[in-house]
Amino acid sequence: MQKNHLIELLTQKDNRKKKSKIPARLDFLQSATGAVLVLFIMFHLLFESSILLGKDAMYALTKAFELDFVFKGGEPLFIAFLAFGVFVVFILHALLAMRKFPSSYREYSAYRLHAKMIQHEDTSLWFIQITTGFMMFFLGSIHLYTMMTQPDKIGPFASADRIYSDTMWPMYLLLLVSVVLHASVGLYRLIIKWGWFEREKSKWMIKAATIFYLGIGLVSLGVYMKIGYEHRGEYGKRYTVEANK
Amino acid sequence: MHRVYEDGGREIVLTIFRHNPNDEDSIPHFQDYPIIERPGMTLYIALTQIYTSMDHDVSFDFVCRAGICGSCAMVVNGKPRLACRTLTSEFSEGKITLLPLPTFQHIKDLSVDTGTFMNAMTKRVEGWIVNNSPQDISTIEKPIDPELSDEIFELDRCIECGICLASCATKVMRPNFVGAVGLNRVARFSLDPHDSRSDEEFYELIGDDDGIFGCMSFMGCQDHCPKHLPLQKQIAYMRNKMVKVR
Repeated sequence: MQKNHLIELLTQKDNRKKKSKIPARLDFLQSATGAVLVLFIMFHLLFESSILLGKDAMYALTKAFELDFVFKGGEPLFIAFLAFGVFVVFILHALLAMRKFPSSYREYSAYRLHAKMIQHEDTSLWFIQITTGFMMFFLGSIHLYTMMTQPDKIGPFASADRIYSDTMWPMYLLLLVSVVLHASVGLYRLIIKWGWFEREKSKWMIKAATIFYLGIGLVSLGVYMKIGYEHRGEYGKRYTVEANK
Repeated sequence: MHRVYEDGGREIVLTIFRHNPNDEDSIPHFQDYPIIERPGMTLYIALTQIYTSMDHDVSFDFVCRAGICGSCAMVVNGKPRLACRTLTSEFSEGKITLLPLPTFQHIKDLSVDTGTFMNAMTKRVEGWIVNNSPQDISTIEKPIDPELSDEIFELDRCIECGICLASCATKVMRPNFVGAVGLNRVARFSLDPHDSRSDEEFYELIGDDDGIFGCMSFMGCQDHCPKHLPLQKQIAYMRNKMVKVR
């Protein structure tokens, strides 16, 4: 055991009698990883909703992410790399955000009773933030692991088969609601925490964005369900632009 | 249905939390006090009426009666507020439930000890001007830019009523959290050019999870502060400063 560590254990300060800078780094990293994930999810939901513009649009976008303009036919491994990168940020954010979770029944009950008493919107929003965060430990991991291990199974039919025939839709439905609510409340917290923008205006804009993203997410999930239902007899068959002209 | 009298008074009911933690026989309970509301009646006036004419045992704190001392802070229908600045007419149903401020040591009924916390907080954040450079008291103090001075005086309007702490879910969960009152105090001295402390020195006071990094931005402090202090801005200001300290 290093003596410096023992000094910090006993005095909560280092051998120069200075406080650790780790809490500052953790606070910043929690916000930074959260901001990266919010940005990612904003674009991700838009991209997956490309199915609303038709199968061809979704197919073209998928191939673009597979860099088909560089590698003929596209290379799904890039999707796996992207999913791995997001998974790393996701795990780091979960680890950092866990510091703020209620750590005992006493803390949980104090928060719940306080929130019930004070009826204050921003206080109550935290319940959404921690429950959706907790749900995403599991739901987000399932989705990211699937994308890492089966990056080739993305496309108008492949995604629809996964959602409908592989019965992944309940997971995606819960994940969609969790991720949109968590990202919305998280972004609002970031704005007020660092004082980026005016609070009330930000709250209004984020509420509008939440409705928009939930809307396009739910409708596109419905469209994937419909395609998956119609395609159930040909489960596993991949989409090609030529065959569907 | 509450009766309304010809002179504009109506019957209202104050439900008060009653308990004396120092009396082993005291059982926490709520007691109803029906009174006649008069125009312009504040909760402070209503409580005084109950104390003088109905129950001489009910305890509550007050000093200035004008929203300056911060003594009469209590929870009014779930919201921490100053009794002297709250009109009974705001509650259209005429039912008002009063609780002591949570997060502070309970003395009796509506009375709590905010002083012990505020004293410890002042010492913890060293809430005073620190300037170790040689001072010459025969010369006039260095002037401050009037705009900056206004900004500092704005933060000095804090009356330490404790409402920011009682409104804060972080403080309710984590009793060691210094709260908006402490962070506002540090922000005030950080702005003041008379104070020679560096950001590194302020970090030593609030750079941990019981200080600036403990705040989870619930904004209960800002939304309930009876002096409408810009607490969100000050906490964000200090957080931005503290996170840059190397």
